[in-house]
Amino acid sequence: MVSARPKIFLSNGSDPEKTDMAQLIDRRPNAKNKSTVNRQRFLRRYKKQIKKAISEQISERSITNIDGGESVSIPTRDISEPTFRNDKGGVREGVYPGNKEFAQGDKIKRPLNQGQEKGRRASDSGEGEDEFAFEISKDEYLDMLFDDLELPNLKKNQLRKMTKSKTVRAGFTNDGVPTNINIVRSLRSALSRRVAMGAEPRRVLHELEAELEVLEQEVGGDETKRLALQEEIEVLRGRIRRIPFIDTFDLRFNNFVQRPEPTSQAVMFCLMDVSGSMDQETKDIAKRFYILLYLFLTRSYRDVDVVYIRHHTQAKEVDEEEFFYSRETGGTIVSSALEMTRDIIAQRYPPTDWNIYAAQASDGDNWNDDSPVCEQILAKQLLPQLRYFAYVEITKRDHQGLWDHYSRLLESNDNFAMQHIRQYEDIYPVFREFFRKQTQ
Amino acid sequence: MSEPISTGAEWTFELIEEYHAEIADIAEEFKLDTYPNQIELITAEQMLDAYASIGMPIGYSHWSFGKHFIRNEQQYRRGHMGLAYEIVINSNPCIAYLMEENTMMMQALVIAHACFGHNSFFKGNYLFRAWTDAEAIIDYLVFAKRYISDCEERYGIDEVENLLDSCHALQNHGVDRYKRPNPVSMREEKERLKEREAYLQSQVNDLWLKTVPQKEVAEEDTTQPNFPEEPQENILYFIEKNAPLLEPWQREVVRIVRKIGQYFYPQRQTQVMNEGWACFWHYHIMNALYDRGRVTEGFILEFLQSHTNVVAQPEFDSEHFSGINPYALGYAMMTDIKRICVDPEEEDRKWFPDIAGSNWQETLDFAMRNFKDESFVSQFLSPRLIREFKLFSILDDEQLTELEVTSIHNDAGYQYIRQALSNQYNLSMNEPNIQVYNVDTRGDRTLTLRHVPHKDIPLAKNREEVLKHLRRLWGFGVKLETLDAEGKVKSTDECAA
Repeated sequence: MVSARPKIFLSNGSDPEKTDMAQLIDRRPNAKNKSTVNRQRFLRRYKKQIKKAISEQISERSITNIDGGESVSIPTRDISEPTFRNDKGGVREGVYPGNKEFAQGDKIKRPLNQGQEKGRRASDSGEGEDEFAFEISKDEYLDMLFDDLELPNLKKNQLRKMTKSKTVRAGFTNDGVPTNINIVRSLRSALSRRVAMGAEPRRVLHELEAELEVLEQEVGGDETKRLALQEEIEVLRGRIRRIPFIDTFDLRFNNFVQRPEPTSQAVMFCLMDVSGSMDQETKDIAKRFYILLYLFLTRSYRDVDVVYIRHHTQAKEVDEEEFFYSRETGGTIVSSALEMTRDIIAQRYPPTDWNIYAAQASDGDNWNDDSPVCEQILAKQLLPQLRYFAYVEITKRDHQGLWDHYSRLLESNDNFAMQHIRQYEDIYPVFREFFRKQTQ
Repeated sequence: MSEPISTGAEWTFELIEEYHAEIADIAEEFKLDTYPNQIELITAEQMLDAYASIGMPIGYSHWSFGKHFIRNEQQYRRGHMGLAYEIVINSNPCIAYLMEENTMMMQALVIAHACFGHNSFFKGNYLFRAWTDAEAIIDYLVFAKRYISDCEERYGIDEVENLLDSCHALQNHGVDRYKRPNPVSMREEKERLKEREAYLQSQVNDLWLKTVPQKEVAEEDTTQPNFPEEPQENILYFIEKNAPLLEPWQREVVRIVRKIGQYFYPQRQTQVMNEGWACFWHYHIMNALYDRGRVTEGFILEFLQSHTNVVAQPEFDSEHFSGINPYALGYAMMTDIKRICVDPEEEDRKWFPDIAGSNWQETLDFAMRNFKDESFVSQFLSPRLIREFKLFSILDDEQLTELEVTSIHNDAGYQYIRQALSNQYNLSMNEPNIQVYNVDTRGDRTLTLRHVPHKDIPLAKNREEVLKHLRRLWGFGVKLETLDAEGKVKSTDECAA
């Protein structure tokens, strides 16, 4: 503000004697977002509450809806600015406008809506509301959500082959295929070539013409010399005429090169057990987890595909709605989903082009003979292709066979992680645990 | 001189200058005495900024301003709140903000309203003259901003933020109502800053050295004089001078909050007059522009539409009712005073023998200079206005099951309503009366406040939160005693050390 350089207009008024000149200052170009500091101070101070609010709201978002910011509400009592104030009660007298039927001494019942009215008025002064709701931008939302988190293994992956090449313009070259001819540049260089090649003959030509003119002025000049000059001039004119309009030498071509680009696409496989033992609450917990994962991936990759695979004894690829909200009954064979994942990767998502993530949610139930199979499929076939595989077990009971078999994968695979979620509140901490900044 | 200055709705800098010059000319005819104007064009977002920092162009940083910004922005975006067309700062030169979204008519209206109406009020009214120094306020704010950001660098944001929180909780108790303070002045502040820090600290040390706890004597020594000798209503000042543990920089921050609170003190007491005065003059100035032929019919119609909205008073049972509209009341009273001067009726001669038939410009000028809302209402509210507003008063005693209509707009009620309305603007009846009563200088240094309820109106529950803030400033336990009608302690809230 002080340092800004506003445009200043001095108004002289009509009367030069007048001292009350106005200074007009255009403040619009500068000092924008002056309150940004204060706003950041606010977010900083209430980080804890805002984070809590965010984690409570996760279930209301569709997994892939992350375009907008987020509306956050935190309890007003946490952010109130207390002052000594009068409360209601006691004896008070007020003056009101618009009397219609009252006469002095009338008694009136206390209006029933008084409470409401008080509430409304109180909220004007910033107290009395239960919730302070406001919006934070997408970036602020994600920052709050993923504070201290880091995409697993990203560094290593970037060193690995995750590049694709892309054709980009790269100036001009002297040779190429006819489709790439750049007409403007070609004609421009033809013109300059013609000018350059004709310069010397034209200079000589001008000299000879001048000489010839002098010769013709002289009475009784040297006739043979005159003829020789004329001939020489003709030759030169011919030379100038014969300079080609365009030459292969002039041609310019648009140049394109292949530039390697890191792939910005990722695919996320959501695997979930939908057998009879999974109730809606368990699925909701899983959903939150997937939302977090999706948000997390979109921060690093431009395009994120999501593949939903649900399974009981058989696996099936479905859309989001069906994934979360339809019920099936039956036993559980986890390996069916893993096999399907493997097959889809082979068909549609070659690991050379795609960053592949998978997350599996289950209540831990599995047909006992299947768990060793799962371990095998993961270890041998899936994990080598994946950036990361996360397994969350959502149950309040003890672990079963699947957990034990998966546990064996932990040691030898650093892109495999598993966690146990008991209730809603666990999700965020567990997620953080998964993607904790990997310190060296 | 009879060409309209402009015909379209778009404004330009050149047009604003032309309008300003013309309006200045009219204002001079009306004998309005103003500070020079500084007009700043800003965007809606900047207007929201200005709102958040209570209209101050250069406030220090604090989360609570961010909170207000967020709240206002939300309401504005959802269309729950229109923005003020203007904000004007009591300074010399008088700074007025104009929003770029305004039409040319609005800009001219704002110039008339703020740059000449409010401006002359700031310069003339006795409260502003006594409590604020228009020359120095901007410099002082710059100083405060810098000082506080220095403190943040040196002692950490959290530390400073907590201290400011506590000071803000008591900001309304940083004024001596019955003593005239030195207006906030920049030059002295700077020169004496260092000196004062040292001095303040020595004062405090002095007090506590002389009163080192002496356990044997301290027992029930009722003859021990109170400290402070007289109760003090300026709690922040008391803290600044006497809190035992505050560092010098903390005392300075307390002082900054106190001084800025003091700057707003006159505004809180002159809202009706200030807005009424500004509305009265913008109305006259705009009409003069029209009479001179400098604005078009369309311009004046657009003006009348927005003027009427501003000075409308919804009735008590309307859904738009939210108390008495200070713009409406103030404008009506100013206009009414002019009527009493120019065209008095029998009733006016009886009620206002001094001003009926007098020179209206001089009378209005006198009223603007020498009153605040409370005294202005009790002096100038006429029976005719009471009838026009159909004012009535209601007594709400929580002991009784019913409300009582104590008076209405009739002969018997005029005097009563005038007094009741005046009381409504009396800060000392509307803000809790809380004073520093005693410090246990020989014991555990507990600070005791006393609250004398006005008409049994209790303190809101969050007083406990405020006490926690006070405790943070004081450094030892604090107590709040509430007295009953006989002056005996009725209840005590405590926040232990």
